[in-house]
Amino acid sequence: MMRIRLEPRAEPSRFAGWLSPMVAAVAVVLIGLVLFSLMGRNPWHALYVFFIEPMNTLYDAGELVLKASPIMLCAVGLSIGYRANVWNIGAEGQLIMGAIAGGGVALAFHDSDSRWVLPAMFVVGAAGGMAWAAIPAFLRTRCNTNEILVSLMLVYVASLILSLLVHGAWRDPEGFNFPQSKMFAETALLPILVAGTRLNVGLFIALAAVAAGWLFMQRSLAGFQMRVAGLAPAAASYAGISSSRTVWIGMLAGGACAGLAGVGEVAGPIGQLLPVVSPGYGFAAIIVAFVGRLHPVGIFFASLLMSLLYLGGEAAQMHLALPSSVTGLFQGTLLLFLLATDVFIRFRLRIVRPPTAATAA
Amino acid sequence: MSPRLQLSGITKRYANVVANNAIDLTVLPGEIHAVLGENGAGKSTLMKIIYGAVKPDAGTIAWEGVPVTIANPARARRLGIGMVFQHFSLFETLTVADNIVLALENERTSVELSDRIRDVSNRYGLPLDPDRHVHTMSVGERQRVEIVRCLLQEPRLLIMDEPTSVLTPQAVDKLFATLRRLATEGCSVLYISHKLNEIRALCHKATVLRGGRVTGDCDPRHESSSSLARMMIGGELPQTQHRAAHAGADVLVVRKLTLAADDLFGTSLSDIDLSVRAGEIVGIAGVSGNGQRELMTALSGERRQDEADTVTLLGTAAGRMGAAQRRALGLAFVPEERLGRGAVPEMSLAENALLTAYRKGMVAHQFVRAGVVRDYAARTLRTYGVNAAGPDATARSLSGGNLQKFIIGRELGQHPRLLIVAQPTWGVDVGSAAQIRQALLDLRDRGGAVLVVSEELDELFEICDRLAVIAQGRLSDAKPVAETNAEEIGLLMSGVFIHRDGEGRYLRPDSSR
Repeated sequence: MMRIRLEPRAEPSRFAGWLSPMVAAVAVVLIGLVLFSLMGRNPWHALYVFFIEPMNTLYDAGELVLKASPIMLCAVGLSIGYRANVWNIGAEGQLIMGAIAGGGVALAFHDSDSRWVLPAMFVVGAAGGMAWAAIPAFLRTRCNTNEILVSLMLVYVASLILSLLVHGAWRDPEGFNFPQSKMFAETALLPILVAGTRLNVGLFIALAAVAAGWLFMQRSLAGFQMRVAGLAPAAASYAGISSSRTVWIGMLAGGACAGLAGVGEVAGPIGQLLPVVSPGYGFAAIIVAFVGRLHPVGIFFASLLMSLLYLGGEAAQMHLALPSSVTGLFQGTLLLFLLATDVFIRFRLRIVRPPTAATAA
Repeated sequence: MSPRLQLSGITKRYANVVANNAIDLTVLPGEIHAVLGENGAGKSTLMKIIYGAVKPDAGTIAWEGVPVTIANPARARRLGIGMVFQHFSLFETLTVADNIVLALENERTSVELSDRIRDVSNRYGLPLDPDRHVHTMSVGERQRVEIVRCLLQEPRLLIMDEPTSVLTPQAVDKLFATLRRLATEGCSVLYISHKLNEIRALCHKATVLRGGRVTGDCDPRHESSSSLARMMIGGELPQTQHRAAHAGADVLVVRKLTLAADDLFGTSLSDIDLSVRAGEIVGIAGVSGNGQRELMTALSGERRQDEADTVTLLGTAAGRMGAAQRRALGLAFVPEERLGRGAVPEMSLAENALLTAYRKGMVAHQFVRAGVVRDYAARTLRTYGVNAAGPDATARSLSGGNLQKFIIGRELGQHPRLLIVAQPTWGVDVGSAAQIRQALLDLRDRGGAVLVVSEELDELFEICDRLAVIAQGRLSDAKPVAETNAEEIGLLMSGVFIHRDGEGRYLRPDSSR
């Protein structure tokens, strides 16, 4: 009887590295065809709504990139830590703290017309995200606490602090008691990049972070040492790579990027502080970091895909009246296949026939 | 009398290499049969085929005259084949007793089994605590588990894959006595080794492999080491050049190093005094698990000491320094574990060169100069004759011996003032081992200080100028090699020197009675 078996490859395959996303795409399209047919929709039209319609007009394309930017930023920052086995799960909280810190600057200099307000918001916002990430870093290096739990729980603390501020001290006195801050002044808003869209120059910050992340991880000694710490902790210790330095770099990189993303949201499409400033970009970034294989270039594409899934899911709900659980299921299927097909990079499929001569008596 | 085991025409191909090519082998009952060959000659593959762990592509196996298919190790064990692997097949998170239960067919109660483990292990001079977790054990201790596990099953064919590398000379004698007794009781033994004198002392018959083929069958008792070597490597045994030492100033001084074990079953170090001078090689002998691992991490800086002057490196009190700072002073270190500690398995050889040699002009303004790194890796491959596809090959793709040559080359290329090496030639073929020993001697002759920790006494006597012994976390005084011998060192390895006289000095075995 023939069997199908996975055999480890001697070396990870570069070809399979490119092939596996294609296999995932084909598999997802097949499943989508079955799924949408069963739901009584024209499957080809459903796929069109999901993947093409969100990019149809210039405005739509702008929305796609606008949504991708904060995810991209957070994911690049997180990937630096993840490469070194530093598991920062709290980018969402660091994003919120960045938004609070940057937003605080915008509100404090509401009447200023200095062009330094916006840069100051980003600097302070990044510092805010880093400060929030420093808590789990400190506790991990000093008390050996688990950074996954600490960083995750701090998300809810950050969210409540934001809520406290917009319901209290920072509430707009002329806002009819709504829980929101004043609208930011023009000097505290990111300039629009393409007329007729909401796309702003925050995109350049995300792209710069991708480039910086690539330079750091692939070209610098410290980035190399982070990778060693992730792949072989004993080798890192042998080579004298400080494990607490690794934790600090990993957490602070994630915090800084998430803080920038938070400022980008409140200084961009939102334009003020609200009780909720992110629909979960910090959590989506965790998936994006892994779908992008923790590589900045992969993360660039993965965040665009994630953004497309968000918008395509909304479009499918609006135009096809598909329940949100089905769009969620379809998104999950795609991400699952993307991660699962990575097995072919390290393994090859082999069809095994029963042994012949060796066992003959 | 039908043979216990008869192989004919066994062939096994892997993706790039024919590991076994039409191999014939006959083992008689009660025979101790050597399978001799260098690393990569195909010995381990052949043994795994006999043990059912690997399926041959062609060929037949007959067990006591009956053709058999050995589909898996459980089948092999039912036939009465036991094997002690060179690379251990133990579950690290389980205890000794649990590991042994897993290999036994018939369930036993754990209390009864623990008693049997203690009984068998003590009878064969391989003391074991059945309740210890394997992950806390040294390589040598793990091998004891493997051996005892086999003996508990009362095998009719026992396969021993390089079993003596972790034993004291006295324990080797004991093991040989055990094996001989097993043989007279009718058990056959397949003894895999590249140690020629052991094979000549122990075995009744030898089958020599080279490049996956049988290159000779002989009675090793009637052969000389050099005739066996010719069959094994197709040439003469390489010799190392050993010139007289000219020891200079102290490079490494260890004073009263005491270090608590970092896990429950580790060995605590107590009151270790040691010095290594420029231009000499000091060896530390001992059975593994007696504190070697702890001493190495303490010297390398992977574990820091509380007092700065516990470890002095080139005149600098370095006890509180970490590994990177000690390396900056001129230390280089080759650890016992190559994959995962000495090298990152998934990374390329170039990246693995960067791991410790980055001070050699590989970094400018925090950025890696990829060209310099590649050149360094390529030069290391060339200088030390490492068999690898190039600087981009992953560390994992190299055989153990080749990776060891690469790591030693990488460390030597940094021109260290002090080189610390653990198990320099473990699992390395004869030719490469001679090359590694020569490289250590050359470093010494250039004025470098070398500290070698090894369990191979022959090797220590070949290259060292002074020898100390570690036992139960204590270190004996280092003695010039010319003033001691294998028997005395073997005695020290069992820990007799630990008792001291009234002035706090260690009592030598000769002075203590």
